[in-house]
Amino acid sequence: MNSARADAVTGGSRSARFLDWIDARFPLTKMLKEHATEYYAAKNFNVWYVFGVLAMVVLIIQLLTGIWLTMSYKPSAADAFASVEYIMRDVEWGWLIRYMHSTGASAFFIVVYLHMFRGMMYGSYKPPRELLWIIGMLIYLALMAEAFFGYLLPWGQMSYWGAQVIVSLFGAVPFVGDSLVEWIRGDFYISDITLNRFFALHVIAVPLALVMLVVVHILALHETGSLGPDGIEIKEKKGADGIPLDGVAFHPYLTAKDLVAIVVFLILFSGVIFFSPEMGGYFLEHANFEPANRLKTPEHIAPVWYFTPFYAILRAVPSKGLGALLMLLAIVALFLLPWLDRCRVKSIRYRGWTFKLALAIFAISFVALGYLGLMPATQTYVILARIFTGLYFAFFLFMPIYTRMEKTKPVPERVVWHE
Amino acid sequence: MSEGSGLSRRNFLTAATTVTGLVGVGFTAVPFLASWKPSARAQAAGAPVQVDISKLETGAMVRVEWRGRPVWILRRSEDMLERMTQVVGQLSDPESLKSEQPSYTQNDTRSVKPEVLVVIGTCTHLGCAPIERFDVAPEDLGPDWEGGFYCPCHGSKFDLAGRVYSGVPAPTNLPVPPHRYVGDDLIIVGEDTGANA
Repeated sequence: MNSARADAVTGGSRSARFLDWIDARFPLTKMLKEHATEYYAAKNFNVWYVFGVLAMVVLIIQLLTGIWLTMSYKPSAADAFASVEYIMRDVEWGWLIRYMHSTGASAFFIVVYLHMFRGMMYGSYKPPRELLWIIGMLIYLALMAEAFFGYLLPWGQMSYWGAQVIVSLFGAVPFVGDSLVEWIRGDFYISDITLNRFFALHVIAVPLALVMLVVVHILALHETGSLGPDGIEIKEKKGADGIPLDGVAFHPYLTAKDLVAIVVFLILFSGVIFFSPEMGGYFLEHANFEPANRLKTPEHIAPVWYFTPFYAILRAVPSKGLGALLMLLAIVALFLLPWLDRCRVKSIRYRGWTFKLALAIFAISFVALGYLGLMPATQTYVILARIFTGLYFAFFLFMPIYTRMEKTKPVPERVVWHE
Repeated sequence: MSEGSGLSRRNFLTAATTVTGLVGVGFTAVPFLASWKPSARAQAAGAPVQVDISKLETGAMVRVEWRGRPVWILRRSEDMLERMTQVVGQLSDPESLKSEQPSYTQNDTRSVKPEVLVVIGTCTHLGCAPIERFDVAPEDLGPDWEGGFYCPCHGSKFDLAGRVYSGVPAPTNLPVPPHRYVGDDLIIVGEDTGANA
């Protein structure tokens, strides 16, 4: 294998010799084999298995458009709003790049939520993939931070008051709350200083962490292997050649499949960008077309849709400290999933009705909370939010009980394959 | 030297090096963390402001800005002061024991002069700006509403002295900023005879 030097002498084609030269100095071929041409995944991947790749595609879109936006954007309270309008009206193709970025933010959360739901359905968080799940959750946290910091940058009314509300949440921390809020803002209110700081975090600190976490996530995935919708470890049944019997190589088989998903995704993505970039006020909120006014709160404050489930939980509790705590716990609970689920069967295909029911209730609660978080805090909506908050937490709280009693079906030896 | 003692010596040195390194990292972190605090310029911008209320009519309110936050000055009528006493039972902190205000305003009207209320108009829940709702018993706020402030973000309610109702997300009354009178109708917000005079 490592006879690069000998090969270089004996010859081969010019390009093969060049590759040998590289491989003697950098493990290029080795890495390509390990992570692409000889990385095997279950051959019965279904459509739920495209969202990880799509999240990578969106990450690249966000990085690229983000870099271009910083070329025309000015991170100061005096210039920020006007510079975004300048990008939209005067910069060549500026509107397209900005709409790609703003639509990309929502697209990121759509694919990540579907990716996470896939993990919950098929048990992708179960041993030995606990770390893989936790790294993924850290990516989700970083993504939320990234979205939050980025949302202040256009310096519209919703940017301003959204930041005001979220930063104030840290005031609920006992004892140090108020000084913590002042430390985050760097001022007595959300000001130019805060904007400048959030810009630095949005364009340097968090993206750097995000990219590194994604690399770690993929390394962890390739160590444990992809599970597939049957929840069967394909590495346990290998052929004489040492290749999993039910596995196919990531490249070219899964890359070809993913390419189809990417094309479909890009069609939908372009549809939003060109025909409905504001998405009726869900992707770009109407109040944000008004410059920030620190003396006047908009009549109705709602975060962007991807934060509304947690926002609804916050509002459901008539106590600031407790509301913030529950909001935090709603995310922490997801981290604990690998240890709360006591069932040995991984895939929902072979799990009992209790888990299927619980997962359905959880998914409905999450969507319902997301809807309620968009609505004004009237009495009926608050009561509904309390009910769904209860259901959301019941899913996690009773999980050790109902998953232990679960009546599962037998898991097949080999993946189910329909010719 | 025996093999065992050599190993423990090496462990000790590794631990000592690690600890020393960590202390160094700790000290190095200080300037990075401290640089997030409000800068000298931000602190200087928090200077007191003067407000002339001679033209403020009874029942009317003005907004001024102090440290980037809205300060409300409301001249309450006799009727308003009377209505304030009727809601005391529904308030969460009527005595202003848990709330933030200078000691000279910790009274029934939360003010220096009974009719003139000076409060910071940011909700103590998550910092939205509540809106003034001085109308009595409107449809959306119910028949018990005697006038006050309502926060549209999360539904917190405050009475005409900025005192918070119970059962709403805001934990404390609207804060009263330090302020003092110069003459009858001139208020200096951000300064009082006690602290910053």
